[in-house]
Amino acid sequence: MKAAVATLVAVVALVGGATTAQAAPSPSDLEAELVCPTCKTTLDQSDAPVARRMKQIIRERLAAGATEAQIKAELVDQFGSGVLAEPPKSGLDLLAWIVPLGLVGLGAVGVGVIAWGWSRRRDAEPAAEEELDPALARRVDAELERFDE
Amino acid sequence: MTGTAQRVGQAIALLGVVALLGLLVWKVAFDREGGAAAQLGKGQPVAAPAFTLERLDRDGTLALDSLKGKAVVVNFWASWCVPCRDEAPVLQQTYERYRDRGLVVLGVDVNDFRQDARGFMERYGVTYPVVYDGKGSTVGKWGVRAFPETFFVDRSGKLVGERIAGAVDIERNRAAFERGVALALGEAP
Repeated sequence: MKAAVATLVAVVALVGGATTAQAAPSPSDLEAELVCPTCKTTLDQSDAPVARRMKQIIRERLAAGATEAQIKAELVDQFGSGVLAEPPKSGLDLLAWIVPLGLVGLGAVGVGVIAWGWSRRRDAEPAAEEELDPALARRVDAELERFDE
Repeated sequence: MTGTAQRVGQAIALLGVVALLGLLVWKVAFDREGGAAAQLGKGQPVAAPAFTLERLDRDGTLALDSLKGKAVVVNFWASWCVPCRDEAPVLQQTYERYRDRGLVVLGVDVNDFRQDARGFMERYGVTYPVVYDGKGSTVGKWGVRAFPETFFVDRSGKLVGERIAGAVDIERNRAAFERGVALALGEAP
C-alpha cells in the first residue's frame, strides 16, 4: 500500500513538474501578446526597429530567468499599458472589458423587453373577427345547405 | 406595460442616435487630425502643445511651459532611428552655438527604452535636455508622423518656421533648419 502511495506521489510530482516546465513562456508566446508601440501590431507580426529591439529584450530577459509577468511589467513601465495586446483587467483598463460586454447585455435586455412587449400586445388584443356582409352570409349559408343535400 | 416597454425601446434608440450625432459633431468641430503640425502647415498660428515629461539627462521632470522666454528646438527622436544618429551632432552643435542667446534644444525620446536612449546620448555626446515619452503621448498632439522630426518654438511659446521631417543635417532640410532657428530666436531677417 505504501509503495502504491509512493508511486502515486512520484507520478503526480513528475506530471506537476512537466506541467510547470510547459508553462514557461516562449518568446513567440510573449511576442503574440505584446504590441509594437509604433506600428500597433503584435510583435510577432512586426519588423519595425523598435519591435525588433523589444523581441531582443524579451529573449535576453527570458534567458536571464525573468517570468512572463515580470517582462510584461517591465515593458509596460517603458511603453505604457498600450503595449499589451489585451488590456489589463484592473483599474481604468477594466472598462475596456466591461463596456462592450455591458453594451451587449444592455442590447440583449432591450431586445428582450421589446419582444416581450410585442408578444403581450398580441395576446391582449386578439384579432377582431370580421363580420361578413349579410348578403354574403346568406349566400354562404345557402351554398352550404345545398352542399349538405 | 406594453406601452412602457415600447417607450423604453424608443428611448434607447433615441439615445443611441443622439450619441452618434454627438460623436460626429465632436469629430468635425474639435478633432485636430494631424495635430499642431497640420495647423502649422496651413499657416495657422499655433501654440506648441504642452507636455511635462520625465527627464533622461538628469532626475525629475521638465515642462515645455517652463522654457517660455527661450527659443526652443524640439526634436522628436529614438535610439533605434538611424537618421537620428546622423543629426545628433548637428543638434548638439546648434545647442552649444546658440545657448548663450537663449536657445534650448529639447530632445523628446519617443517609443524607446530608457537605457537605449541614455546609451545614445552618451555615444553622441548629447548634453542638451532630453525628456522621455515611451508611450508616445506627444505624437498625436504634435502631429509627428516619423522619426526624427523637428519643430521650432519662439519665446512666446508659438510654433514658427516649418516642421522638419527627417534629419536636420541633410541638404534639403538645412535651410529650413537655419531659418527655424532664426525665427525661434526672433532674429529672422
